[in-house]
Amino acid sequence: MVIAGIQILNTVAGLALISLGLAIIFGMMRVMNFAHGELLMLGAYSVQLAHSSGLNIWISMFVVAPLFVGLVGVVIELLVVRRLYGRMMDTLLATWGLSLFITGLITMIFGNMTRGISTPLGSFEIGGIRESSYKFLIIGVTIVLFAAIYFVLRRTRVGMIARATMDNPSQVAALGVNPGYVYTATFAVGAALSGLAGAVLAPLTGVLPTMGAAYIGKAFITVICGGEAILAGTASAAFLFGTINQVTTITLNPEFGEVALLIGALLMLRLLPAGLSSSFRRKLL
Amino acid sequence: MIGRLSIDGQMLAVVTLSTILLLILPQVFEIDTILQLTLNFSFSILALSLAFVWGYAGIFSFGQAAFFGIGGYAYAATAINLGDSTPAIVAGVLVPTLFAALFGYFVFYARLTKIYVAVITLVMTLILYKFMGQTAKPDYMIGNARLGGYNGIPAVPPINVPGQPHLFAGPDEMFYIAGFSLLAVYVLLRWILGTRFGKVIIGMRENEKRMELLGFDTRLYKLLAFVVAAAVAGFGGVVFTNWNAFIDPHVFQLAFSAQPIIWVMIGGLGTLAGPILGTFILSTLSLELGVQKALDVNLLLGAIFTFFVLLVPQGIIPTVRNLLENREAAASNKTDGTTESRG
Repeated sequence: MVIAGIQILNTVAGLALISLGLAIIFGMMRVMNFAHGELLMLGAYSVQLAHSSGLNIWISMFVVAPLFVGLVGVVIELLVVRRLYGRMMDTLLATWGLSLFITGLITMIFGNMTRGISTPLGSFEIGGIRESSYKFLIIGVTIVLFAAIYFVLRRTRVGMIARATMDNPSQVAALGVNPGYVYTATFAVGAALSGLAGAVLAPLTGVLPTMGAAYIGKAFITVICGGEAILAGTASAAFLFGTINQVTTITLNPEFGEVALLIGALLMLRLLPAGLSSSFRRKLL
Repeated sequence: MIGRLSIDGQMLAVVTLSTILLLILPQVFEIDTILQLTLNFSFSILALSLAFVWGYAGIFSFGQAAFFGIGGYAYAATAINLGDSTPAIVAGVLVPTLFAALFGYFVFYARLTKIYVAVITLVMTLILYKFMGQTAKPDYMIGNARLGGYNGIPAVPPINVPGQPHLFAGPDEMFYIAGFSLLAVYVLLRWILGTRFGKVIIGMRENEKRMELLGFDTRLYKLLAFVVAAAVAGFGGVVFTNWNAFIDPHVFQLAFSAQPIIWVMIGGLGTLAGPILGTFILSTLSLELGVQKALDVNLLLGAIFTFFVLLVPQGIIPTVRNLLENREAAASNKTDGTTESRG
């Protein structure tokens, strides 16, 4: 029971983690970033390369990966996304072309093979079943990130400027802040969070050029079913779908875990097309 | 020039020319070229399905390759079980149609936005890929056909003369079947676009709200367009499975689902000829690159696609058409000094 509980919590945290960067970019900028999976993949590659060249695993994971992928985010925003603001469909298509491009580039440089990172931390035992302590790290990182984003958006000046820009860019510009900078920064933060998520999950999944495809389905469902509220929506959708996925996997069989996810998402969108958070009474972040 | 012919005249010209070409080509080319062309015909049918639903109904669907694959699987399973291809072809069209009707009901009756439709169809494709890949266990059977996980279903019987399984199509016959199938799909879609239904979906693409205020149930029309496209894609899958004698989950893979989108985008959105052209250019290019291995296929396709979205969003055919019309207009300006505008 305890083990099942930990597994469910771990799946929920994993879903929330891979969706957070996408949710911020979509929620704040209305840009559906189809290269999201590749940002996760680049995060995984950063930590693998940095660690195998001798850097401390935690520094590679929590500093190198988000910094590098954040920079990639800046480049993507300046070269592609910036030209297409307000044209949601074209942004989706262009970022999706980029996702192919990045996958191809990484395949050419590093080859189409899986690289591994050994899972740090040891394992513990409950009732005769061994579990990796790393799962607690994932749950912990997710909670800390959500709390940090909440704090920044709600309680700091930077967060206020960001929210104001998404609300009314011309007003913000009139007050002396260049909305262009805010967009670039927001995209970079979303990308950095995706890089961090990819890095944190890399020891569990291995590192492969096409690994993004394994993530994006779940991340997209979580974000669109979460709805308008970035944090509360993503968290509640991750909770719902993580539970559905894990319970189906345990009770039926693993093959139906993700099929149940899709059916759950279709039913939910039929009932609440604007996402889970549209049913909350108070407007949340 | 072509613009001066009536629609029926154009259609007649296209049909005559294509028929002549289809009859001549096998006499001219070697067998490997014929096989390559047959494959491109099946891909073109897939491209046309997306050209219809995206270019005319304005619904960006990531799922066309998935319907193509479902059609292929349905054909394979039925043909293996019954030993006759005729009911298998029907199943190959019917199964994706029903699947799309059910899936589309949830999507369009929830009035999801375009972005959400794109995302949810992508997710459907990804999950199908993963699910079909996990069906390696022997208990995943449809009658006598084993789904076979990532290995797929081998030895799929080819198309045969109805009721006579021993008279089946060889590579040459398959070329004619695929070629005339493509032509038939083209004519069918052109006809649909000319009907009242076709005009309604084009109107919907232009201004959905207005069509709704005029009293059209846009949810229903979107669903219908989606279902028609799924049927066409499924039929393409039937032709493809015949060419391959084999179907596996790679048709649900992201890299494969990507292809029709690139073909349509580059050939020209809102045309039917453009996507066919795009299919032939790009699938030949992919094949060449696959042989050379100097440059990764995804890298180049991704770069070309992003370039087109940013700088040539109309695609090849509409851009060339605009260019020609501008030149023609400029030329007639010079000769008689009047501005002539054609509808």
